[in-house]
Amino acid sequence: MQGEVSAVAADYVRVDSLEAAIAALAKGPRTILAGGTDVFPRLQDRPLTGAILDISGIAALGTIAFDGDYWRIGAAASWRTLIDADVPPAFNGLKAAAREVGSVQIQNRATIIGNLCNASPAADGVPPLLTLDAEVEIASAAGLRYLPLSAFILGNRKTALGDGEMVSALRIPAASTAGQSGFLKLGARSYLVISISMAALRLAVDEAGIIRDVALSIGACSEVAKRLDQLEDALRDTTLATASSRVTPDLFAGLSPIDDVRATAAYRLQASCEITRRLFYEQQLNFAKGVAA
Amino acid sequence: MTCFTLNGKPVTSQLPASTRLSDVLRTEMGLPGTKIGCNAGDCGACSVLLDGAPICSCLTAIAQVEGAAVTSIEGLHADGTIAKLQDSFLAHGAAQCGICTPGMMVAASALLAENPAPNRHDVEDALGGVLCRCTGYSKIIDAVLAVGGDAKISPRPQAGQNVGSPIRHLDGQPKVDGSLIYGDDAVPQDALLVRVIRSPHHYSSFKIGDKAGFLASHPGILAVLDASDIPGRNCFGVIPPFADQPVFAETTALYRGDAVAAIVGDADVITHFDEADFPITWIPHETMLTPASAMADGARKMHANRDGNILVRGYVETGDADQALAAAAHKVEIHTTTPFIEHAYIEPEAGYATREGNRIVIHGCTQAAQMDRESLAEILGMELDAIRVVPSACGGGFGSKLDVSFQPYVALAAWVLGRPARICYSRGESMRASTKRHPSDIWLTVGCDETGRISGFVFDGIFNTGAYASWGPTVANRVPIHASGPYVTKDYRANSVAVHTNAPPAGAFRGFGVPQSAVAQECAFDLLAEKLGMDRLAFRRLNALKNGVPTVTGQVFNSGVGIDDCFAALEDSWHTAVASAASFNQTAISDDSPWRRGVGIASCWYGCGNTSLPNPSTMRMGITADGKIVLHQGAMDIGQGANTVITQIAADALGVPVHDVHILGGDTDLTPDCGKTSASRQTFVSGKAAMLSGMALRDMVLRHGNVDANAKIALDGAVLTLADAGGGTLRIELADMPVNDHGYVFMAEETYDPPTSPLDEKGQGVPYAVFGYGAQIVELSVDAALGRVRVDKITTAHDVGRAINPLLVEGQIEGGVVQGIGMALMEDYQPGRTENLHDYLIPTIGDVPQFDHVIVEVADEEGPYGAKGLGEHVLIPTAPAILNAIRHATGAAIYDLPATPDKVCAAIAAAQAAQGRP
Ligand SMILES: Cc1cc2nc3c(=O)[nH]c(=O)nc-3n(C[C@H](O)[C@H](O)[C@H](O)COP(=O)(O)OP(=O)(O)OC[C@H]3O[C@@H](n4cnc5c(N)ncnc54)[C@H](O)[C@@H]3O)c2cc1C
Ligand code: FES
Ligand code: FES
Repeated sequence: MQGEVSAVAADYVRVDSLEAAIAALAKGPRTILAGGTDVFPRLQDRPLTGAILDISGIAALGTIAFDGDYWRIGAAASWRTLIDADVPPAFNGLKAAAREVGSVQIQNRATIIGNLCNASPAADGVPPLLTLDAEVEIASAAGLRYLPLSAFILGNRKTALGDGEMVSALRIPAASTAGQSGFLKLGARSYLVISISMAALRLAVDEAGIIRDVALSIGACSEVAKRLDQLEDALRDTTLATASSRVTPDLFAGLSPIDDVRATAAYRLQASCEITRRLFYEQQLNFAKGVAA
Repeated sequence: MTCFTLNGKPVTSQLPASTRLSDVLRTEMGLPGTKIGCNAGDCGACSVLLDGAPICSCLTAIAQVEGAAVTSIEGLHADGTIAKLQDSFLAHGAAQCGICTPGMMVAASALLAENPAPNRHDVEDALGGVLCRCTGYSKIIDAVLAVGGDAKISPRPQAGQNVGSPIRHLDGQPKVDGSLIYGDDAVPQDALLVRVIRSPHHYSSFKIGDKAGFLASHPGILAVLDASDIPGRNCFGVIPPFADQPVFAETTALYRGDAVAAIVGDADVITHFDEADFPITWIPHETMLTPASAMADGARKMHANRDGNILVRGYVETGDADQALAAAAHKVEIHTTTPFIEHAYIEPEAGYATREGNRIVIHGCTQAAQMDRESLAEILGMELDAIRVVPSACGGGFGSKLDVSFQPYVALAAWVLGRPARICYSRGESMRASTKRHPSDIWLTVGCDETGRISGFVFDGIFNTGAYASWGPTVANRVPIHASGPYVTKDYRANSVAVHTNAPPAGAFRGFGVPQSAVAQECAFDLLAEKLGMDRLAFRRLNALKNGVPTVTGQVFNSGVGIDDCFAALEDSWHTAVASAASFNQTAISDDSPWRRGVGIASCWYGCGNTSLPNPSTMRMGITADGKIVLHQGAMDIGQGANTVITQIAADALGVPVHDVHILGGDTDLTPDCGKTSASRQTFVSGKAAMLSGMALRDMVLRHGNVDANAKIALDGAVLTLADAGGGTLRIELADMPVNDHGYVFMAEETYDPPTSPLDEKGQGVPYAVFGYGAQIVELSVDAALGRVRVDKITTAHDVGRAINPLLVEGQIEGGVVQGIGMALMEDYQPGRTENLHDYLIPTIGDVPQFDHVIVEVADEEGPYGAKGLGEHVLIPTAPAILNAIRHATGAAIYDLPATPDKVCAAIAAAQAAQGRP
């Protein structure tokens, strides 16, 4: 479709500060536009109309940095920003997810926070961020409030954002950035693919090879991606060397996958178990290499 | 107002802040090189650089680029790396239809700026966001990898050496620099916009409400068009006796996407129009999406004259199949199913029409300009001469752009309102409305004797032909003729039936039903070979069709049957591949790895041209008074290379270098009918017409000069020189000679129609003058724990008769094979569910294998310089070879396409259970 001067021009506000964004939201509801990679496709070829708040130009929110207590990811930071960021190995899983979001073109524009706010069950950012115990910073005229990510996404396309609120940043406590991490995504083709299932793992292992801290999360197998407490409990304080063989289907009982065009529910469960095993196995190999070196 | 830098220059956009960057570039900035294939981030055709990084311009609001630097294809300055990249794309044949090329060039330029010496994996990562439906990506990867090295030199053959030369596409340059004009790239500024109102229901009656009231309350909308506005016949169809599709449904819409009305008006108003405001009431009926439901007792009849919702049946019988099966030593039964498959060309249907006095001129993308013209004349109730079709470049077609689509809507709007009218389908509209590959349900029983010779073959195929006839009759007729595969099958019975349902019309898609039937036949052959304990290739060679042996329709070729030559060419690769898979698997088992390798083989044959029907092509060639050689090349080049290949043929026939020939396109006012670009007929039929007209022109020139038949023709400006073998030369001053009505000093026009004969009631006769043959080996790896399949390598051997242009032959093969990979592993169109390129998956650059090609040349008596067709053949063996390889790797038998990871996993579990393993 070709563009033309719009009769129903959008009420489009572009801001360069969080304060201005909050002020605009305080006056009435607006569709927030960050990278636009969910907002535009949702229009299905229709023009973008209505009241828009473009936050992509807020430079202060475009960064990923450590403030002494937390790693902060700003609302305008793209997947590309993350890929290029100098962050601890605990972010490797999130970076692996970043490299598989859509394509280079998508990664260059799409924001991490947009991925969370869009609240798709297949959002690739959610499982790794759950393993990092990410907290969502919500800004409004009333000030800032914080929610754990698991309490922020309420369901398919549902978040805990209220009127006049937006997400300003994510913060990840330093304590949760210990250890190593990984991410595996399963789709039916190589690029530009929505996950059939995905798993994110973060592990802290002591010198003896005992798992001291473990966080494992599965996406696309329930309305909202989940940490698997049962599995974490079963593997915490056990030896990494045999962990992958102790990843068994019964530990995935908390999931509730569905049948859809991409795969059957039964397959999703089986595949989740398998990719989780592989994530543990990868960490086993890394650890063995580290010990040998 | 937005200020930014565009291609190095400061510019200001006056369009609203929320306008997509892609729209600003294409309209306000007048740079249509940036293409729009989906408006949703899925195709990457709209890629541009934003401060050096590739982004989708369709997902970016213009306000978001304030102060930034945007570079579009037009701004990739043709020097340094970019010049090399363009040259490399051309030299490798990396642009076919060219619609994806701007996106590919933009993405590749960003990669090369960052990494001048990328490896294959880097290239895949960088280009993974741009879809290409034509090339199979391999040549694109090669082209980008080659930029760092020495330039690949393309030949510029002399007279007499054009045929067989791997020259680059003659029309390639505008594809790589983004200047080629497609359907929506050059619409008149003042054109009205047309929007078609389509049924949101699978099956529904409807009533349009108060049009006058609607128009009065919607300023800017100038007309509502519906069935009552059609001046001629509200009906079109590619096969006239079966024509049944209305431009606008009258009382009942037969599928989701059926057109019921159109609104025309100011572009901005139409763009923003909310379809919920259109005055219409729907009365939905119970939906019949499958043949079973449409054939059930009491099912509602969709077309008055078609009982049981049956469009047509096809039948071929020879010998006594039942008796042969009863006598067979081994017998297998197989049931295969395949879903709707979407063509997924990256350019949606687009074009515009203008009224010029009492004529209508239609510009836009098409595969069949002359057929469009005939349909339009009927719809508009006008003489054929009153319709002119001017084809734009066509960004992919693969069969679907043979059918009329957007043309009647713009023509009617331009006719009624007297102003230019344009349309560009959205991706969703294109997918909902356009034709698809027929879903199939096939039952096959085939037997063999104890030595392995086929003994009895009974085939039943049900094809879901959707709401309207389209090419359904062709599919139903072609399948029984081809279902045996290129094998000696003495006792044979094949039934096919095309059944109407409330699905989109199933039409032409590379192979017309044969890829579906080949899945059943080639998978069954593997089962038979296994029962015999025979090597799968040896089994196929034993049964391969030979010269002098009748086909299932009783046709006997005395020469040119090349299937065993293809198999022979694959022998070494086959044994190497089988051995290497075995040793890989041994290691994998001992390492406890989930990966298994498998090898599969399958073959194809395919008749070129219409089945037992005339399908002539006419070519005109002339020499102007100023010494220009012109070929009126009406065989639509939809990326497959007709412009290049046919010109090579014509040049050799005339005896001049191919680069001296100028091509004139398919404008119906200028160029005679070359028929449609389908059925792999253009190289063969139009190529033969080009050869005949080149020879006739040569004859005329030589006779004029009274020189011997071997004389050399050369043109130097307006002087034509004839040099005969004896050393004598004759100079002809063309400017002094009279010119004819077409503006030529010398001109020839020749028609070729391949000889065929009608089939009798048992399907016996001569359906095609020529068949092409081929076989492919697939090597793949299966992640047995996850059911993921990675196609590692495909070795092809296609008998093309004569490779007029080996580079283009490879391009056609790779493009077809990758469509076959999609069919085997991921493609599944479900009306109402996968109507976008997000949910409907086609292969990306990361899903393609390494290729190895053997071009087999078993000359054909009929074809020009021995050439046969190729375009469709190449897709046929791929899917069955993949399924056979998956089974070889894991034991998993999958006969319900596509073989998605969940199905592969389930089939592996079933195979293990059958073998008593956990
Ligand atoms: C071709 C393609 C491929 C894709 N592939 C993947 C994939 O592989 N994996 C995946 O997970 N996703 C994928 N996506 C989805 C999308 O790219 C991601 O969800 C992306 O991270 C969204 O970010 P954005 O900045 O573009 O969001 P936007 O589109 O700008 O916004 C998304 C939603 O969040 C809201 N929003 C954005 N920012 C805020 C904020 N700060 N506060 C409150 N609300 C906000 C918006 O209003 C909107 O509803 C793909 C999309 C496309 C088009
Ligand atoms: S048009 Fe932008 S990605 Fe397809
Ligand atoms: S050449 Fe890539 S889509 Fe046609």
